[in-house]
Amino acid sequence: MSTATTIPFVDYLVLEPEPHLIAHECTGCGARYFDRRNACAGCFATEFRDVDVASDGIVRSFTIVTFAAPGVEVPFVAALVDCDGTSVRGNIVNCPPDPEHVTLGMAVRLTTVAVGADDNGVQAVNYGFEPR
Amino acid sequence: MSASDDIWILGISMTKFGKHADRDVVDLGAEAITAALADAGITMNDVGVFAAGNLMGSAGIAQQLQKQIGQTGIPAYNVSNACATGATALRTAIMAVKAGETDIGLACGVEKLAGAGLLGAGGQEKSVGHEWTPSGRYGAVGPIDGRIGTEAMPGVFAQIGMEYLHDHQYGGTAFELFARISEKNHSHSTLNPLAAYSKAMPLEQIMNDIMIAYPNTRPMCSANCDGASAAVVVSGEKLRTLSLEQQRRAVKVSASILTSDPFEQACQVLPNINTLTRNAAEQAYEQAGVGPDDLDLVELHDCFATAELVHYDNLMLCEEGGAVDFFESGAPWRDGRMPVNVSGGLQSKGHPVSATGIANIWEVCQHVRGEGGPRQIEGAKVGLAHVIGLGSACGVHILEKSGLAA
Repeated sequence: MSTATTIPFVDYLVLEPEPHLIAHECTGCGARYFDRRNACAGCFATEFRDVDVASDGIVRSFTIVTFAAPGVEVPFVAALVDCDGTSVRGNIVNCPPDPEHVTLGMAVRLTTVAVGADDNGVQAVNYGFEPR
Repeated sequence: MSASDDIWILGISMTKFGKHADRDVVDLGAEAITAALADAGITMNDVGVFAAGNLMGSAGIAQQLQKQIGQTGIPAYNVSNACATGATALRTAIMAVKAGETDIGLACGVEKLAGAGLLGAGGQEKSVGHEWTPSGRYGAVGPIDGRIGTEAMPGVFAQIGMEYLHDHQYGGTAFELFARISEKNHSHSTLNPLAAYSKAMPLEQIMNDIMIAYPNTRPMCSANCDGASAAVVVSGEKLRTLSLEQQRRAVKVSASILTSDPFEQACQVLPNINTLTRNAAEQAYEQAGVGPDDLDLVELHDCFATAELVHYDNLMLCEEGGAVDFFESGAPWRDGRMPVNVSGGLQSKGHPVSATGIANIWEVCQHVRGEGGPRQIEGAKVGLAHVIGLGSACGVHILEKSGLAA
């Protein structure tokens, strides 16, 4: 029986010791990817290393989704967050989903969001960004 | 035949966009092709290459259409390039003519999308009795749409427009700005009998409609609908052997460009529709030997109101960073100095995705031929048609009035 009690919602989210995101960084030009590449799309180099992504960022863009596919809970705020030069996509959480509270240039930090437990009691943990 | 950079549109057509419940994609595509051939004054027997695109239907649309209108054994290409599929079909025909493989080519784009709902949205499977299991490229234990941003087009393009406002320190109200762009296009559509929706919509009505993905309300989103478009292209050498009337009505393809994304750091996180559009525009202006100031009208890819704004800048219709000022000046209204989307744009004309990349060229051709009817831009000689397929592909064509047989 598995002893793990949590699992990250995506593999580029690391939960311990402090929750943070990791990226695959091209050793040639520094381009960062959240999923695998055979070669860098920018410089074609083939070596990558895992790097930590800054957890503080600013909201470069956002939308407040109020109409979505079946099964997707609305409203939610989808955003593009600039984490010290690395663009990250994620939801804005712990903040009312309206344009009075979510603003362009808003300072945010990474946080975690519980998604729920599976049949074995393992909790899936996602990330989001909250105002700071 | 020899290789040629001298390419002309000999005939072009679009069906009415809207709901065609009683007709399938083959019926619609055949209608567009038949009309384009008649407009060109030729038959399928004259066509040496055929390219067609359809995203949502069964495979092999080109051959299905040949069976419906004429099988002559010519090479048939089925193309797929998201919302740039129609433009890609046209580019394919143009490349064959340019290469000297044939002197007349045919392209068609057709789609049935009425009632299709949100494009791009993944949705979520409700699982009961499960174990979290990482899968896919991100090792995700569940669908990410709605949990890590949005996959649906209204929200993706909302962010693209909002990013522009962020990067250019816009201090006004984003929602109203984008709604006023939509107001312009809905106003333009009242003169277009082929538009899916041709009613003017006051600003308040646009802003009070159902919010889909802030700041895009429903009328600020392109209308899913059915439709087809087709075009016949001919080499200049061949055109000069045709009738004076055909020469007079032919439209010169001064530039035909297709680009994809060059790598930029953030382009794989939020699609960047800016750089490839700017690249396509630069190449098109150079190929055509014209500049933005020479354009009499522009049909650009306003799949959402938030997209139109960024393309004023990308297509260099304004100074870099000046898209808001350009819109506020009234320039893109049909009586402005640079009319944009006088067809009503995708928000009102409709967006049957594969048909769009030829339908926008049809609109420009109507004007440079002086056949625009009530919505004619007086004296139009040069126009630009732009399309984006997310992922991305960008098509830009510059069309010029014929100087032949004048």
